[in-house]
Amino acid sequence: MVNHRKRIFRKKAAYAVADAEGYREQDIHSESYLQTVWRRFKRHHLATVSLAVVAVVAGAALLAPVIAPYDPTEIAGAFAQPPSKDFWLGTDLIGRDMLSRLLYATRISLLVGVMATLISTVIGVILGLVAGYFGGVADMVIMRFTDMVMSFPYILLVLVAAAIFKPGLWNIILILGFVDWPGIARLVRGNVLNLRETNFVKGNIVAGMSLWHILFSEILPNTVAPILVYATSVLALSILDEAALSFLGQGVQPPTASLGNMLNGAQSVTVLTSQPWLWITPGLLIVVIVMAINFIGDALRDALDPNGGLG
Amino acid sequence: MRDETRVPLVEVKDLKKYYPVKGGVITHTIGFVKAVDGVSFSIAKGQTLGLVGESGCGKSTIGRQLVGLETPTAGHIYYNGCDLSAVRENKKQMKQLRTKLQMVFQDPYSSLNPRKHIYEILAQPMLYHHISTRATVEQDILRLLDMVGLPRTVLGRYPHEFSGGQRQRIGIARALSLNPEFIVCDEPVSALDVSIQAQILNLLKELQKELGLTLLFVGHGLGAVNYVSDRIAVMYMGQIVEIGEAGEVFRHPVHPYTKALLEAVLIPDTGQKKEERKLLQGEVGSSMNPPEGCRFHSRCPYAVEQCKQETPGLREVDLAGARQAACPVVLARMQEAKHG
Repeated sequence: MVNHRKRIFRKKAAYAVADAEGYREQDIHSESYLQTVWRRFKRHHLATVSLAVVAVVAGAALLAPVIAPYDPTEIAGAFAQPPSKDFWLGTDLIGRDMLSRLLYATRISLLVGVMATLISTVIGVILGLVAGYFGGVADMVIMRFTDMVMSFPYILLVLVAAAIFKPGLWNIILILGFVDWPGIARLVRGNVLNLRETNFVKGNIVAGMSLWHILFSEILPNTVAPILVYATSVLALSILDEAALSFLGQGVQPPTASLGNMLNGAQSVTVLTSQPWLWITPGLLIVVIVMAINFIGDALRDALDPNGGLG
Repeated sequence: MRDETRVPLVEVKDLKKYYPVKGGVITHTIGFVKAVDGVSFSIAKGQTLGLVGESGCGKSTIGRQLVGLETPTAGHIYYNGCDLSAVRENKKQMKQLRTKLQMVFQDPYSSLNPRKHIYEILAQPMLYHHISTRATVEQDILRLLDMVGLPRTVLGRYPHEFSGGQRQRIGIARALSLNPEFIVCDEPVSALDVSIQAQILNLLKELQKELGLTLLFVGHGLGAVNYVSDRIAVMYMGQIVEIGEAGEVFRHPVHPYTKALLEAVLIPDTGQKKEERKLLQGEVGSSMNPPEGCRFHSRCPYAVEQCKQETPGLREVDLAGARQAACPVVLARMQEAKHG
């Protein structure tokens, strides 16, 4: 190593100053961007635990067909049994196994959350990029449309949409996806407005690079961090919204289980007071998932913050 | 002197850039900031023109218009004889021309994409314009790094790992990567440490000589501009007040503003100072509503009644180095002194 370095030193003696600096830097193990982010993320213990919780819950949901003791739609035992050796979490009002239903419900709820977040992120990013980069009339039209969507009472929108189309899994995904994007669009637009004026974007314009390259290769990678942070809160919100809509009977339709429609039974006072195993577990699971995702989002915000330096 | 090399590569005619100012209850244009107001000059192939003036006089705006980052409000920019505004209409021609006109930016900290390593920053434009191929691009980049004096080991590094001077070298390498003929250097050293400034200036000067580049060097550091430039244009409030050969302008300034600018430069006190420094009084006028007549008259120690009414144009001065100045008073006085 030392010999090798000497050889290069001799060869490029002309750049000695710069070289010395360069090699010193190389000796220090230089970590990649992702490594830095992970190191800073780990400092948030609550978030690290949350990540593990989400991983376990998501893993269990994914493996539901393998680990669920019963078919979630099969009537396996007596009605509304409290937890027992055969049914760990009891049975529901028509005798289906609660644990199996909970596993499948988590699957559906996470699917709705992730898909709705994906759709709203894609819409938000594209509209934000266009509005921020081109400005003028495009910006005006897009941002006023965004304001309009933001000020619309979305429960009403969803109820109307659910009334027109059949309520169901994919409709709820699409509806939530088309309702949650305005925040992301605003965020991206603000970032693009700043980035558009930076010298490296101007340098690319001067170099005659294509619009596509400037938007997606220069500007977008520099807004990924805030988008990611925002997307985690959208994910948590979508899961909550799905639960709310399904609770109201306008979301995922039975017999498909979702965390929201499992709570449906809790609308009656008898269930609330005398059969708590019917609503405590799905309710608790929603709280745990949403909280864990929010903790992860907070830690990501710190870990991805470019002003946090490398420390 | 007027041989082949003196053919102007860049010619600017009556260039203007007005920025609308919006205001009022119902947003409407209430006026214009006249950032550049009727500027003409030309730069011969292989020459460096220095553009000096105080902050906000429009010198950077001229630079940005020359590389096509901004569209002139009026006037023409000719590059190698073809009108830039006509070329702009034709996308394909414009794409080709882009590579010939490059820019080095003032702030080296924002001129490199923080998410890309040096290899990507340098390779992408070359590949896009087919100046290099996948097979040869690494060799081309290494050649560029040698040219700007950076070690070959920097390829996989990110911009934040470099110092300001090193980043400016990368910025210069990027500008050079497209084999340009004309480079606008927009205050390339004003964000750097004094010790690094000299290195970068020398690098620019060497590269210019080696590659036969034509430069427009925008700056407010008078010494730096004088050092790299062949000719110098002095700007005040969007107009050129004096233009001539670099050393000549500095040794024998004609226009009162140039004189004031040079007197404002601090000189180490060696006890040989003969006269008091005359510093300018007053503020720069508003560029939205510039003073009538000569824009400098309100601050000019030599101003007469005529200055308040007539806007002076650039006139040939009977001095060495094709000097032109826009001040009738001083010109008349020099004329008198010569004949009388």
